[in-house]
Amino acid sequence: MTDTPENIPASAYDMSHADEADERRTLAVIVDNEPGVLGRVVGLFSARGYNIESLTVAEIDRRKHRSRITIVTKGTPHMLEQIEAQLLRLVPVASVTDMTKSKRGVERELALIKVAGTGEKRVEALRICEIFRASVIDTTSESFIFELTGMSDKIDQFCALMKPLGLVEVSRTGVLSIKRGAQAG
Amino acid sequence: MDTQTQPEAEIETRQMTGAQIVITALKEQGVDVMFGYPGGAVLPIYDALYSAPEIEHILVRHEQGAGHAAEGYARSTGKAGVALVTSGPGATNMVTPITDAMMDSIPLVVITGQVPSHLIGTDAFQECDTVGITRCCAKHNYLVTDVDDLAHTIHEAFLIATTGRPGPVVIDIPKDVQFATGTYVGKQGIHKPTYVPQTEPAPARIEAAIAMMKQARRPVFYIGGGVINSGPGASKALRALQAATGFPVTSTLMGLGAFPASHKDWLGMLGMHGSYEANNAMHDCDLMICVGARFDDRVTGRIDAFSPGSKKIHIDIDPSSINKVIRVDLPIIADCGKALEALLAAWTSNKTKALNLKDWQAQIAVWRAVNSFAYAASETEIKPQYAIERLYELTKHRETYISTEVGQHQMWAAQHYHFEEPNHWMTSGGLGTMGYGLPAAVGIQAAHREALVIDIAGEASVQMVMQEMSTAVQHELPIKVFILNNLWMGMVRQWQELLHGERYSHTYSESLPDFVKLAEAYGGKGIYCDDPTQLDAKIEEMIAYDGPVIFDCRVTKAENCLPMIPSGAAHNEMILSEITGDEIDDAGRKLV
Ligand SMILES: Cc1ncc(C[n+]2csc(CCOP(=O)(O)OP(=O)(O)O)c2C)c(N)n1
Ligand SMILES: [Mg+2]
Repeated sequence: MTDTPENIPASAYDMSHADEADERRTLAVIVDNEPGVLGRVVGLFSARGYNIESLTVAEIDRRKHRSRITIVTKGTPHMLEQIEAQLLRLVPVASVTDMTKSKRGVERELALIKVAGTGEKRVEALRICEIFRASVIDTTSESFIFELTGMSDKIDQFCALMKPLGLVEVSRTGVLSIKRGAQAG
Repeated sequence: MDTQTQPEAEIETRQMTGAQIVITALKEQGVDVMFGYPGGAVLPIYDALYSAPEIEHILVRHEQGAGHAAEGYARSTGKAGVALVTSGPGATNMVTPITDAMMDSIPLVVITGQVPSHLIGTDAFQECDTVGITRCCAKHNYLVTDVDDLAHTIHEAFLIATTGRPGPVVIDIPKDVQFATGTYVGKQGIHKPTYVPQTEPAPARIEAAIAMMKQARRPVFYIGGGVINSGPGASKALRALQAATGFPVTSTLMGLGAFPASHKDWLGMLGMHGSYEANNAMHDCDLMICVGARFDDRVTGRIDAFSPGSKKIHIDIDPSSINKVIRVDLPIIADCGKALEALLAAWTSNKTKALNLKDWQAQIAVWRAVNSFAYAASETEIKPQYAIERLYELTKHRETYISTEVGQHQMWAAQHYHFEEPNHWMTSGGLGTMGYGLPAAVGIQAAHREALVIDIAGEASVQMVMQEMSTAVQHELPIKVFILNNLWMGMVRQWQELLHGERYSHTYSESLPDFVKLAEAYGGKGIYCDDPTQLDAKIEEMIAYDGPVIFDCRVTKAENCLPMIPSGAAHNEMILSEITGDEIDDAGRKLV
């Protein structure tokens, strides 16, 4: 496990781990739903220079006061290992699960997408909506709001296609994840 | 951790005000001394304290003083240090000691007053977001909004501050909660389900460690403050394991005292100003056993040249310390004391014979012979190293506790004062807080009334939290402030010499107070000495005086603190005798 000298950086001050490629990970963080807990988690990421690509949070167990925070982050394997350890150091954090590494994680995101237009563009938007199995949740004579659930890249793709057709506004939940199979966590 | 629950009837449930709950909980936690400063938002607690003679309250002169005093108390007793301050400026003045305690893993419970609940968020008089401000510098913090949560919260705060990797915990209590009546609950059964520090080492890891230890030819124990934080049992286990194995021992600044400095296998402190033998042993070892230390940059020097040929075992209670800076071969997550005891048991039950370390010991003897802490003696000037040597010789037979400020004097104290027992050396390591030592001495003395407590200070640092001399006089705490007065912010001057072509920008200690008169103005005693032949007599005079003393010891002005590993250099590239100015390359210059 010891690194060979070549891949250890020259000083603790400029440990960039530049030789390691960034990886994208989805972490499920179960926390005590006490005041300030989200602040602690977000503060940790900014204080230690970690990235947050998306973050969702909601209470999942009323009685036990447990919330689930899903964080999508990016970093070198070394940094990701530190992120997990540092999160677990926070007193109200009960567990951290790397959903990406577990291979059994499924991910979904929900988006609301407003598209305005008339004529041929409007028809084309509806056609794409059907292909993506999005649903229309509001209509005016010159606009739609689509609701779409799926993997994040599917939503990206949908938005890209809507752009020339009059994309006005996008609202996304960020990624949610859960593991396949009969067991929890 | 106590997770037992008592039968319902026995659980103490008394009705009282929030302020009384605070005092009752502190008493139940065994708090005999606390440090604080009153103000509007803590008046109810101060009122409750008025009728609680069991708790001695040391009134400081600045809240930062209360925080460092609580740290000194904590480090010298192993118990949590307690500080009580008001809202707004009281709380913000605590930020430095809280951060200091976080960096050095010192258990503190800091109680801050807050404006009444209904005024929170209105920019009320002396309101600040205490939990927001201290979130990133405390181990944990609370804003208590319901008086019925108060007792539980205080007990939980003590649990969190003192267990696992210790640290500071802040409890912010709005004034209306202090006035409100609520239910007191005892500490029995308090636990936090999401907080379960791993203290027991995994048996398989212990076995693996023993296998590595048996094969070692050039082993070294690299120990740190974790051994001290783990309690006296850890130092005992370390000594026993060392006796069984014969492995040499070096320590970080924070770990001094965990292993006796008089021992033949003691290598001295390692790191930037550590000994030649310690740093070379770290560099050349084939097995490094890191116990409760964290591969700080002041210890590792250049990472790509850090102990290139060794296998590394890392024992730490905090999983985030593992592989943070240096990759290790075998992590053992556990309380240091428990891991050391398990290693000792496994080593002895294996009937492992002491290894043949003759070659390694011979090599170490060669390094030791360099005598890297040596300095040029003087008959006309007091050399700072000489002053510490004499201080050590004249106090070593007593129960003596040493605190320091930050700078060259701190490093000379670490090099030339020798510690036999844990908890006798208090210094600001991680944060490097000038102004730490004097208030820390106040806290140490409050815990050890009969002991000799000396703050080894610099003339610049000591002025940062100087006003606590007044606290020492009021509370009859006979601390001795021993200033190595070199008329310079010596450590910064040294770096300017090394890095900035001797351009000494704003580091000369201009307009110094007359420290003798200053001591007298505070109601203490002042002693001045600039003559090496007088030094012993003056030190004796200081020790004999039953009250606070400021000792203005005039030492060589431009002495450099050596040996030194310049930043960006490796452990085996130490500057031993003289700084020439070309030791540090461009990369090193950019480092701190
Ligand atoms: C609060 C704070 N401010 C600034 C520094 C940077 N600093 C480190 S050592 C030092 C000089 C200390 O001078 P002195 O107390 O006289 O000690 P000496 O090095 O001369 O022994 C300074 C300014 C610090 N460590 N802490
Ligand atoms: Mg000085």
